[in-house]
Amino acid sequence: MKSRNLLFVLPILALAIYWSWPKDDLVSYNRDIRPIVNNKCISCHGGVKQSGGFSLLFESEAKMATESGKPAIVPGDAGASEMVKRLSHHDPEMRMPLGKEPLSDQEIELIKKWINQGAIWEKHWAYIPPDGDIVPPSLPEEVDANNKIDHFIFSKLKEMELRPNPEASREILLRRLALDITGIPPSLEDYASFKEDDSPDAYEKVVDQLLDSPHFGEKWAAFWMDLARYADSKGYEKDLHREIWKYRDWLIEAFNDDMPYDAFSIAQIAGDLLPNAGEKDLLATAFHRNTMANDEGGTNDEEFRVAAVMERVGTTFEVWQGTTMACVQCHSHPYDPIRHEDFYKSMAFFNNTRDKDLYNEQPKVFTYEPAEKEKVKKLLSWVNDRLQPENKLNAVSDEFLHQQKEELLYRLGHRRVEAEEFQDKSRFIELVAHDQASIWQVQDSSWIMFEQVDLAEVEAISLKYASLTGARVEIRLDSMLGEKIGAGVFEVTGKGFPGNRPEQWKTLHIPIKPVNGKRDVFYYFKKDRIFAQDLVRVDWLYYHEKSAAKDRYPVAVQQKLDELLTVNPIQTPILRDLPANKSRQTRIFERGDWRSTGKEVEAGIPEIMGSISEPDPDRMDLARWLVSEENPLTARVMVNRIWEQLFGFGIVESMEDFGSQGIPPTHPELLDYLAVTFREDLNWSMKSLIKMIVMSSSYRQSSLSSDEKLNKDPYNKYLSRGSRTRLPAETIRDQALALSGLLNKKLYGPSVMPYQPENIISFGGRFWFESEGPDKYRRAVYTYWKRTHPYPSMVTFDSPSREVCTSRRVRTNTPLQSLVLLNDPVYVEAASAWAQRILEESGKDIKGGIQKNLQLVTAKPPEQEKVDVLHQLYEESLAYYKKEGKDLDSNPQLAAMRLVSNAMLNLDEFITRR
Amino acid sequence: MNIWEEAFIRKAQYNSRRHFLKKCTSGLGALALSSLMGCGEQPTGAKVSPGLAGKGPHFAPKAKSVIFLHMAGGPSHLELFDFKPTLQELHGKATPKSLMEGKEFAFLKGTPKLLGPQARFARHGQSGAYVSDYMPEFAQMVDEVSLLKAMHTNEFNHAPAQLFMHTGSPRLGKPSIGAWSVYGLGSENKDLPGYVVLTSGGGAISAGKSAWGSGFLPTVYQGVQCRSEGDPVLFLSNPKSIDAPLRKKSIEAINRINQMEYEQSMDPEILTRISQYELAFRMQSSVPETMNINDEPEYIHQMYGTSPGKASFANNCLLARRLVEKGVRFIQLFDNRWDTHGVGAGNGVGEGMRRSCKAIDQPIAALLKDLKQRGLLEETLVVWGGEFGRTPMMEARTGEGFDGRDHHLEAFTMWMAGAGVQKGKVHGVTDEIGYYGIEGRTHVHDLQATILERLGFDHEQLTYEFQGRNFRLTDVHGKVIREILS
Repeated sequence: MKSRNLLFVLPILALAIYWSWPKDDLVSYNRDIRPIVNNKCISCHGGVKQSGGFSLLFESEAKMATESGKPAIVPGDAGASEMVKRLSHHDPEMRMPLGKEPLSDQEIELIKKWINQGAIWEKHWAYIPPDGDIVPPSLPEEVDANNKIDHFIFSKLKEMELRPNPEASREILLRRLALDITGIPPSLEDYASFKEDDSPDAYEKVVDQLLDSPHFGEKWAAFWMDLARYADSKGYEKDLHREIWKYRDWLIEAFNDDMPYDAFSIAQIAGDLLPNAGEKDLLATAFHRNTMANDEGGTNDEEFRVAAVMERVGTTFEVWQGTTMACVQCHSHPYDPIRHEDFYKSMAFFNNTRDKDLYNEQPKVFTYEPAEKEKVKKLLSWVNDRLQPENKLNAVSDEFLHQQKEELLYRLGHRRVEAEEFQDKSRFIELVAHDQASIWQVQDSSWIMFEQVDLAEVEAISLKYASLTGARVEIRLDSMLGEKIGAGVFEVTGKGFPGNRPEQWKTLHIPIKPVNGKRDVFYYFKKDRIFAQDLVRVDWLYYHEKSAAKDRYPVAVQQKLDELLTVNPIQTPILRDLPANKSRQTRIFERGDWRSTGKEVEAGIPEIMGSISEPDPDRMDLARWLVSEENPLTARVMVNRIWEQLFGFGIVESMEDFGSQGIPPTHPELLDYLAVTFREDLNWSMKSLIKMIVMSSSYRQSSLSSDEKLNKDPYNKYLSRGSRTRLPAETIRDQALALSGLLNKKLYGPSVMPYQPENIISFGGRFWFESEGPDKYRRAVYTYWKRTHPYPSMVTFDSPSREVCTSRRVRTNTPLQSLVLLNDPVYVEAASAWAQRILEESGKDIKGGIQKNLQLVTAKPPEQEKVDVLHQLYEESLAYYKKEGKDLDSNPQLAAMRLVSNAMLNLDEFITRR
Repeated sequence: MNIWEEAFIRKAQYNSRRHFLKKCTSGLGALALSSLMGCGEQPTGAKVSPGLAGKGPHFAPKAKSVIFLHMAGGPSHLELFDFKPTLQELHGKATPKSLMEGKEFAFLKGTPKLLGPQARFARHGQSGAYVSDYMPEFAQMVDEVSLLKAMHTNEFNHAPAQLFMHTGSPRLGKPSIGAWSVYGLGSENKDLPGYVVLTSGGGAISAGKSAWGSGFLPTVYQGVQCRSEGDPVLFLSNPKSIDAPLRKKSIEAINRINQMEYEQSMDPEILTRISQYELAFRMQSSVPETMNINDEPEYIHQMYGTSPGKASFANNCLLARRLVEKGVRFIQLFDNRWDTHGVGAGNGVGEGMRRSCKAIDQPIAALLKDLKQRGLLEETLVVWGGEFGRTPMMEARTGEGFDGRDHHLEAFTMWMAGAGVQKGKVHGVTDEIGYYGIEGRTHVHDLQATILERLGFDHEQLTYEFQGRNFRLTDVHGKVIREILS
C-alpha cells in the first residue's frame, strides 16, 4: 500500500534512495517522524504560526527556503539541513524547540536518517484510501471465531497476552441485542422463548427479527439526529417553533428500509438535485435546514444566513469525513494540511441555496398526513373532473399534491397567499411568535415583498388585517420606492390583542392600476407623523382577477375550492438552489469575519482529499464524491460510528476527528477492512454491517471483568470483554416506559410533549403544552426538542442540546442523574404503573412477583440476594407506611411496591447495557 | 474510613487520573467526582495533578469564589456611572454624522437625537467616583469597587452579547466562565454543586441556559440553576408518598444491589454511581437548607430587603452570600429587566430605570457590606455589569417622550470588587458623550482574563482540546486588567 501511493509524490532521487535502502531500516514519516513533529514542532511551525517562515504542514512548504534563506530540510543531506542544525544547536537561544527540553538523541538520529533517506513525505493515514486487499490475521489457537472481525480483535488480544471472555448468557445477549438494535427491552416471554430455542441459528434468527422491527429505525435515527442537529425549534434568542419533524420521520424510514449509505448521503446533501426529485428526496435535504435561524428583532439576515452556510460546511465535513473544518474558517488548519482557502472552496458548494434566514423558512416542501392527503386528492379530482379543458390539470397524482392544488386554484383565479410567505422583507417585519401565521410590523416604514406575481388579470388586492393604531399600506412595483399601483388605509380594529391574538380581523380591499405580466410586488406599511411599535398584523393577501375562471363554475365547485383552502399542509424547510442568473459569488472571509471579504473562490474540496473531476462542480458532485471509491474517509467514518453505537467506543475514539490530532485507531487494519467490506461487499447496507458486527464473537463476549483485564485493557478499547456502558438518554426513558407497561409504540408523526416541570419558561413565555393521553408515553425520539430548553431529563443523561453537530456524547455519571431516576414524575409514574402490575400479577406471592419482575432488569434470573434486598425493602417500607408513614399514602401495599419498582429503575443494571 | 471506602477511593484515583490522561470518555464521571467533590477532603492523589494543562491553578488564587451579577438587557452607563455634562448640553440635538457612519445598531435609524442623562450625578466616597441618584445605597459602597468605565464588546444583540460575555464567543456551544472555573478548580463543598445560577426579574434571559452551559466540557461542569420557588434543583424533592427515611432506605437498597453487581462485573463506573446516589441524598437536605433563607436574622433581611419564598434579586444576593459561605465556586445572578428601549412608558432610562435600580441598589450594597463584615470579601470576587451599554442617542421607536436608548457596544461600565481588586479605583474614560472609550479601554475578553487571573489561572493556559484544537475562554484575545489589581 505504502509504496503504491508514494510513487506519486516521490522525487526521482528519493525514489532511488528508497529502493536501495534495506526495507526494515527505512524510516517512515507516519510511523516515526510525524509523532515527533506533532508533539514538538507543529504548534509553532504549522497552520497558525509559521515561525521563521517554516511550516511542517505541507511537504512543499517544509522543503522551501525559510526566512533566513536556508532550507530547513534538504532531502538526502541531513548535514545541510537547517532543521537538524537547530535541533542540536549548543546555544539554547538557537536550539529548537525554543525554551523547551531538547529532542532526545534518538529522536534527532531518526530525523537525520529520515532526511538522509530522502525526507520521504507520507500523507496522514486517514487521507490514504483504505487498502482493499487486507488479509485478516490468523486466529490464535483455542479461540473460537464467528467471523473475520474476531481475527483482528483476538489476534490483538493475543499480542497483549489477554484472552477473550466466553460468550455471555443467552438472556444477557438478548437484552444487549434488543437494546442495541431496537432500543426496547425484551419481555419475559422473549427471554423464555430465546432460551428454549436450541436450533443452531437461534441467535441469528433473533438478530434478523430485531433488524426487521420497525423500532430499529427509531433507535438508530437518534444518533444521526445528533449529527444532523435536529430540533423542533430554530435556536437563538426567540427559539421559535420549526416544523421539520418530517425529516425525522424520513430518517426513521430510511433506516427501516435499510437505505444504502451512499443513497442516504446523497439524498441528504443534494436530494433536491436528483433527476425528478420526489417529495422524499426533498424532505431528506432538510438535514441541512436544521441549522439555527435568528428571529431576534433587528438582526442582520445576511449575517445569520452566512453563519448557517458556514455551519453546513463544518457539519458536512464532520459527519462524512470526521474532519474538523471549523478552525479553517479563520486560518489554515493548525495541525492538518487544510488551507484557509479550502474552507471557502467547500463553502461555495453550499452558498447558492435560496434560504436566507427568513422567518418563514422558505424554501419549503408542502406535504400532507395520510388522511388529509386523501381528502385533498379527492377534492382535487372531484373539481378537476368538472373543469373545462383550458383550466384542467392533466391528471391528479400523489406526489406534490399541494403544488397541484396551488396550480389549480391559481388557474381558477382563487389566489390567496399567506402574508408570512413573502420572499423578502425589511428589517422591522417579524412573525407573530405563537403560531408564526401572520406578520407584524415592529416599526414604521417596513415592507414585505412577493416575487414575480402575475398581475395581468388582477384588478384589486385585499388584505386581511388587524390593527391597534391604524396605518397605511402602499403597493409598489419592483422596489420599495417603485411605481405605486394602489394604496389603502387600515382602520383600528381593537384596543388590544389579548394573548397576542387579535379578536377581530378586517379585510381591506385595494383597487390597483392595470399592470402587465409578472412583477415583484412590495407592500410598504407606514403611519403618518407618530411612530408606532405595532402598526398592523396581516394574515393573508388575495389577488382579485377581473374575470376569475372560478366564477364561471357552479357554486358546488366554488365550495370545494374553499374547502381546499382549509386543509393545512405540513411545511418542511428544504434546500433549493438559486437560479443561475442569481447565483452568489463566494469569497474568502479574512479571519472568518463575513464583513471583510477577500478573493473569490470556485467550489472545490480540500486539496489533501483529492479533487472532483467535473467542471463547475455543484452540491450533487460533492455528494457523489463523498460516497465515491476515491474518498478515503466516508466509509471509515461511518463504520466507526456504527461500531461506537455497538461497543461504546469507536475504533477511532475521537469520532469527530480523524485528523493528525485525533486519537489513532486501536485496530487500523480492522477499520480499513470493515470500511472496504461496507462499501464493496455489503453495498453500503447499514443493517448488514450491524449484523456482521453483532454476529461476531467479540460482540457476544460476557462483560465481566477481572483485575488482569482492568490492568491491561482498563477501558476495554481492545474488547478483552463484552462492552458494558451506560445506555443513551433515549433508551433509559424508553426502557422505563416499556418495563412499566406504559410505552406507546406508535410510529412517526409530530413531536410530542411529555411531562416536564411546569415552571420552566423560555424567552417567549410558556412553550410547553403537555400532550394528552397516550402521546405522553411515546418513545423519546419523538420528544419535542427545544434548543434553548432541551428536555431536562434527557440532557441530564448527556443528550446534546442539538445546537450544533455532535459526533459523540460524553457519558457522565452525576448525582443529577440519580435525582431524575428517583424523582422525575415520569419515572415515578412508571414505577407506579409497574408496582400496580406486580401486585395484580403476583397476588400474595410478593417475593415471587419481585423476583419475576426483577428479571426484566437483570435479564438473567436474578440472584437470590438481590431479590432479598428488594423484598426486605418492601417489607420494611410496608410496615413504615402502616405506622409512622400512614399519612404518606392511603394504599400502603402499592406505596411499598412503588418504592421497590422505583429502586429497580435506579439499579446500575437498569441503566447499563451489559 | 472503612475498607469499602478505601477501595473506592483507590479505584477512583486510578480512574480519574488514567481516564483524564487518556481523554477517555466513560471515566469523566469519576474525574468529575474528584474535582467537584471536596478537593481538600480526599487524599491528594485524587486530585488531578496541577501540572496538567488546564487543571489546577497556575498560581496562588486570590479569589476562592466568584459572584457575577449580570444585569441582562444592558443597563445604561449614562444613567449610572458615566456622567456626561456635554451630553446634557447636547440634549435634543441631532447626532453628529461622524458618530453614525458605518455603525450598526439594532433599532436606531435615520439621524436620531441625543438624549441627555436622565439621572442626577454626584461624587461619592474617598475616591470621589461619580454615581447617580439611581443607586444611593451603592454610592456609599463605591470605595470598595474598581469601576471599568471604558468596557466594550463585539455584539449588539442580546443573545450573542450575553453568550459573548459568559462564554467568550457569540455563538452557542462554548463553555461558560463558571464551567471553566469549576473545571479548573473544582468545588469546596461535597454536598453542593460547584456552579450555581440564580435568576430574577421575570422571564428567561435571551441566551437561555447556554449562558451557563458547559459547551464542549463534560456536562458535570454546567451551572445548576437553583430556583427560589418550587424545587430548588430539578427533581430534588421526593415524590409525595416518599419521605426522607424511606428515601434513605431505598438508596441503601439500590447501593447494596449495585455493590453486588460491582463485585461480579468489576466495572469501576458502578463505584462512582454508588457515591453519586449518596451525594444525591445529601443534596436533598443540603440544597434546600442552603436555599432556605428563613433562618437569617431579621437585621439581615432588613439589610438586603429580602422576602423569603419569592424569586427576587434581593433574595438571590443573600443566597449568593450563603453559597459563598458553603464554598460554592461560581455563583451567577441574572437579573432580567434592563433593556431600556423606551418602547412604552416605564421602559426607558428615566422613571423606568430608576424603578429597576430600586430592586438592585440595596441588595448589592448589602451584599458587599455583608461579605466585608464576614471577612469574605477578601476571597470573593464580585463582578457587576450587563452584556453591553446604551447609546447616547435617543431611540424613538414608538415616538418621542419615552426616553429610550438603543444597544451600544462601544462603551459601557462594569465594576469588580473583592479578592484583591483595588478599592475606589476608576479605570477608563469615554469621550464627552459616552459613546466611545478614549482611555483605558477594556474588552470583554480582558474582563474574562482578569476573572480567571483572580482564580489563579493564566487565561492562555486554561485550555481544553475539542475538534482538533485547544480552546480557551478568551479565544485568542484577552489581557489581564492589571491596572485595577493590587
